[in-house]
Amino acid sequence: MGKKLLLEHINVPGIETLEVYRQKGGYASVEKALKTMTPNDVVEEVKKSGLRGRGGAGFPTGMKWSFLFKPEGVERYLVCNADESEPGTFKDRFLMEHIPHSLIEGMITSSFALGAKTSYIYIRGEYFYVARILEKAIDEAYAAGLLGKNILGTDFSHDCYVQVGGGAYICGEETALLESLEGKRGNPRIKPPFPAIAGLYGCPTVVNNVETIATVCPIINMGGEEYAKIGIGRSTGTKLISASGHINKPGVYEIELGLPVEEFIYSEEYCGGIINGNKLKAVVAGGSSVPVLPAHLILKTEKGEPRLMSYESLSEGGFVSGSLIGSGGFIVYDETTSIVKNLYTFARFYHHESCGQCSPCREGTGWMEKILHRIVEGHGKPSDIDLLWDIQRKIEGNTICPLGDAAAWPVAAAIRHFRAEFEEYINHPEKIKDVKHYYSVNAISA
Amino acid sequence: MKVTIDGQTIEVPEGTTILQAARMIVDNKEYAGDNIAPPTMCYYSKLKTSGGYCRSCLVKVNKGSEKDPRPMPKLVASCRTTVMDGMEVMNTTSPEVIEVRKGVVEFLLINHPLDCPICDQAGECHLQDLSYEHGLAKTRYDFKRRTFNLIDIGPYIKLHMTRCIMCFRCIKVADQLTDNRHQGMLFRGDVSEISTYISKAIDNDFSGNMIDVCPVGALTDRTWRFKSRVWFTKPMDAHRNCTKCAGKAHVWFKGDDILRVTGRKNKWREVEDWICNECRFEKKYVTDWVIEGPTHIDRHSVISANHYENLTSLKLDIAKQQKKLNKK
Ligand SMILES: Cc1cc2nc3c(=O)[nH]c(=O)nc-3n(C[C@H](O)[C@H](O)[C@H](O)COP(=O)(O)O)c2cc1C
Ligand code: SF4
Ligand code: SF4
Ligand code: FES
Repeated sequence: MGKKLLLEHINVPGIETLEVYRQKGGYASVEKALKTMTPNDVVEEVKKSGLRGRGGAGFPTGMKWSFLFKPEGVERYLVCNADESEPGTFKDRFLMEHIPHSLIEGMITSSFALGAKTSYIYIRGEYFYVARILEKAIDEAYAAGLLGKNILGTDFSHDCYVQVGGGAYICGEETALLESLEGKRGNPRIKPPFPAIAGLYGCPTVVNNVETIATVCPIINMGGEEYAKIGIGRSTGTKLISASGHINKPGVYEIELGLPVEEFIYSEEYCGGIINGNKLKAVVAGGSSVPVLPAHLILKTEKGEPRLMSYESLSEGGFVSGSLIGSGGFIVYDETTSIVKNLYTFARFYHHESCGQCSPCREGTGWMEKILHRIVEGHGKPSDIDLLWDIQRKIEGNTICPLGDAAAWPVAAAIRHFRAEFEEYINHPEKIKDVKHYYSVNAISA
Repeated sequence: MKVTIDGQTIEVPEGTTILQAARMIVDNKEYAGDNIAPPTMCYYSKLKTSGGYCRSCLVKVNKGSEKDPRPMPKLVASCRTTVMDGMEVMNTTSPEVIEVRKGVVEFLLINHPLDCPICDQAGECHLQDLSYEHGLAKTRYDFKRRTFNLIDIGPYIKLHMTRCIMCFRCIKVADQLTDNRHQGMLFRGDVSEISTYISKAIDNDFSGNMIDVCPVGALTDRTWRFKSRVWFTKPMDAHRNCTKCAGKAHVWFKGDDILRVTGRKNKWREVEDWICNECRFEKKYVTDWVIEGPTHIDRHSVISANHYENLTSLKLDIAKQQKKLNKK
């Protein structure tokens, strides 16, 4: 059994209530931080822990915190990014739904470290019922003196609010989130300035993912150095992975970073192998935005070393033969899956979610979707593959926010690793007529 | 601060953007090669927070600064990136920039109707110029283009959303020049549209300026629509006493009639002074204006091709050629 820090008490009945949560040692990090540490100490511990952002980009959290601009007399904010809209990612919901207090505890401890008097949890609209759960937890915390004026009798006061978004993927991008939180249209801002300098209402702001903030609690409890011993290399600690697709046991798992991918897919403790004993075809390891990898490259790196669930190992080989850990949305495809159809689904998503501010993403995402639609409908042209490649190349890196990259990468990876499948679609449209969402590639080639 | 763009070095004050520095190079010298200033479709120097959207001004920074000489990993929007001391920028000298710019032009065009033959903007359209200078000759887009219905924004302005390139300039005009802002972007992605709040007419003395800032024919002057092709009209610098604005404008003649009034534009095709709706829409008689003289058009646009300044030189040219022929 790997080490569990966030989900240790997941099966304890009533863990969503403050009472049970405290019985299991909850809010110890608040006690410890507020009563025995200075805000700087907390930041230092997080730095030592090597914790990296769990929202996708993997930026070291301690470093992000120390960049926060701290001018006299200006409010600072902590904002929790609970927009979780990446296809394949559902770990934050699981945590908030079952152990809401772990997030609230993290919010208080982190806000103390940052000197934020107010914090917001921005949660996507579709999670309205989770918002209720969080609000209930916040009410309990207020009643117990863990939020509000003079928390636990110290001179630290803090208010935490839940804000429900309208349900847009783009509002997960941190500056679009801030715009939305301010009551405006959720368009990403043009950076600089970065939120650490001018974020919410123009004040210095830290935006962190749900899991990142919840992880601050075990770090403070056990100490940063101790935490850094878990995991592998610069990928310290544990990570929540939401596993889905053709596996026997889909769900949210807490893994120790460094776990071999093969073990994660096939062991009974985690995914439990591929359904019906089918063969593994490909994996999208970190949510829909990251490059898909064929079976041989997800199990082993180009060099032949076993691929591990860690920031470094999953990106080994760059985009030529590697991918990213991203937000931890682990989607497994068996041999019956059509990569082309799957890509079309993703392309539809990005087209639908593009905010429309910048030309390459606004126009390019729609164009790619249309071409892919034509291909899956059996009207593809031989030149379409190169055209798709060229479009994604012209989007990537040239947009205001990373949604453009997120739309481009899956297309690039699918063509890079599964070009033959595209050609099959285009050259033999008669064979795909009756194929629904999943079909057997073998049936086509036969 | 010293910055070098395509090998041309200039000293600029702190806070200058790469784009401004490039324009300063063009302004300062009798610089031989054009194009050192990146093309702009959304930036407008007189509108705060404009720029950053269209991506046509992307450039490569191959040296960040004297202190940190590392190149920037991605192309940057020159209109939104301030220069650092010792920065080195590549605009037209970078094949990557040229390639990406081609891409941006293509993206801007795939949903554009290309109805130039019936568009009032033709001849002074930034998108025409941009695609002529940086685009591909053939489109690779073979799907239906998006279309919208025409909308009247009040009595004077027509919104032809189908032609819009989402540059946000008109929104910034509405935001920054008029006091009741009812205009913005609706919806998302490539179905988003510029619109007024519940089709509310924009009724404001300065709303007409959004016609001038619109780089394409999406916002047109209803008092001028379909009156003439721009290249059959002659712009004159003119002024009048106006209590609302500076009263400095270009009036566009066809024969002896004023067909249209616009703001005066500089060489970057940005208006020098905003003008009020009264000057723009209601003063169409020669007696309303003091005519200063023909407007100098220094870009090689179709307007100047038909312009009398050029016509004289054209006549001279023809005369010269005829002489040559006669000699033979
Ligand atoms: C289009 C887009 C969507 C995003 N969605 C989320 C999200 O749902 N949740 C999240 O935590 N981060 C999301 N991010 C990443 C955030 O911008 C930001 O990097 C993150 O919240 C930082 O938190 P971290 O440092 O704790 O990872 C998204 C980024 C982009 C570009
Ligand atoms: S990349 Fe896409 S989502 Fe991001 S700002 Fe540009 S249009 Fe909007
Ligand atoms: S209507 Fe014109 S000015 Fe307004 S966003 Fe569209 S192209 Fe720009
Ligand atoms: S002019 Fe710079 S991005 Fe449009």
